[in-house]
Amino acid sequence: MSEAAAAPKRKIEGVPEKLHVWPYLVRLEFLCALVVIVALAVWSIVIDAPLEEAANPTKTPNPSKAPWYFLGLQDILVYFDPWFAGVVAPVLIIVGLMLIPYLDVNPKGNGYYTYHERKVAIWVYCFGFLVLWIALIIMGVFLRGPGWNLFMPWQYWDPHKVVALVSVDLPYAFGFRDYTWSAIFGGGVLLAYFGIGTGAYFFLERKALKSVGFLRMFLKIQLALIMMGIVIKIVLRIGFNIKYIMVTPWISV
Amino acid sequence: MANKAPQIPSIAEFIHKIKSGEIFTEIAKEITESQLWTSTFRHGYADTPRNRVLQIASNVWLHLHPVKMHRHALRIKFTWCMGGITFLLFLSTVVTGVILMFYYRPVGEYAYYDMKYLQYDVPFGMLMRNMHRWAAHAMVITVWLHMFRVFLTGSYKPPREFNWVIGVFLVTFTLLLSFTGYLLPWDQLAMWAVTVGTNMARATPFLGNEGPFAEYVGVTPRYDARSLLIGGSLVGPPALLRFYVLHCIFIPLIAGALMIVHFWRIRKDGGISGPL
Repeated sequence: MSEAAAAPKRKIEGVPEKLHVWPYLVRLEFLCALVVIVALAVWSIVIDAPLEEAANPTKTPNPSKAPWYFLGLQDILVYFDPWFAGVVAPVLIIVGLMLIPYLDVNPKGNGYYTYHERKVAIWVYCFGFLVLWIALIIMGVFLRGPGWNLFMPWQYWDPHKVVALVSVDLPYAFGFRDYTWSAIFGGGVLLAYFGIGTGAYFFLERKALKSVGFLRMFLKIQLALIMMGIVIKIVLRIGFNIKYIMVTPWISV
Repeated sequence: MANKAPQIPSIAEFIHKIKSGEIFTEIAKEITESQLWTSTFRHGYADTPRNRVLQIASNVWLHLHPVKMHRHALRIKFTWCMGGITFLLFLSTVVTGVILMFYYRPVGEYAYYDMKYLQYDVPFGMLMRNMHRWAAHAMVITVWLHMFRVFLTGSYKPPREFNWVIGVFLVTFTLLLSFTGYLLPWDQLAMWAVTVGTNMARATPFLGNEGPFAEYVGVTPRYDARSLLIGGSLVGPPALLRFYVLHCIFIPLIAGALMIVHFWRIRKDGGISGPL
């Protein structure tokens, strides 16, 4: 660590505001690189990369898992169709991340750690990153076994475990038996969710509309509603056995 | 003057020079004043403010740094060092990856046996493979942590918005680099992980054969977003070759270009972020 970092607060007063990169930063980078390379070398000597039997298209392993960093997405396949979990959700994540600097117009907290000056932003990012991304990955790596069933770490991965699929669609649970009316009801629920959510947000934040702008606020609340919607869908599926909210011949959510 | 004979130092004088250490000063002077040395190193090494500046400004590898920086940006507590570590791990994968390329052929018949060859016959082959794989996995984690740090410090805020966007591209390309490399061992783990991953492409709305609205576009299992990615309707030898080219040439070039922009932009946007 540099003197600036290691010295107690009183001493820092004596350190000039601006320091020479050579040697203060370059030596830090050098030390850091040494530590990382040594750690990588030791790790690579001790632990071998896996190599299973040769690829065989006729022998499907159970479970078949994507690389670990995609297991969060693979896990929401339980709750969503592949077009959403595998295509739309990743695109929304990437686009949503890129939009962050253009949607977050709070001028505070630029270049330093603060929780109090930007509580909402910190909460949203931490929830998305730590819960929806990291926690689902950990679950996918360690707790998902054959048939993508949940197994606790002490449980045997029984390939013959049968879990009854008793889930029903939301319109069915509300008594709709006709396809058309089911689709209309399901679509209505979705529209209401996004409509009321957007309306409520605009009403509560009506004072900010002038300074933040309509488009910014609109995109912000849509992304937030989609993120919350994923959580709601997970809760509905696990807690209430609901499969789809809306069913149409083309697309189901 | 003209006939001055070259001076031959006496033995006693020579021994005195060695004993007193004067000889080293003289040798050092001979070397550092030679044309070879002065053409290579443009400035002295003595710790003067001028040399500190020149160390950075006259060195192509270091000149991406500013010559002076704010003291707060040196604190590991602030930066977590994660961006630099990610770049270092990328460089490690480039070095070990090039070595692996000497022994590996991305052909269905050979790929898996080249892996065995690398592991059991090539000197340090297993170590190179391990370092490549673990550096790649570590890079995924460090790039996420870097992004997390940048978010927590609000460093994406003006004037650094555009660099954050470049950063999101780089996170995506890091994952794609790792994913395309995942297939290359051509074992069961590789084939099925990539099958699971690329199966998603056939659910692409409009462009995947099982995706919503596909029937209006007329895509088929052999002609849709997924077959474009893997060169067929299942993960086979054409997919191996495509992923190899993407992994070794296409994505590294794009990611490398974006890294240049990313680093250059840090300077142009006023250095590492800090309290205003």
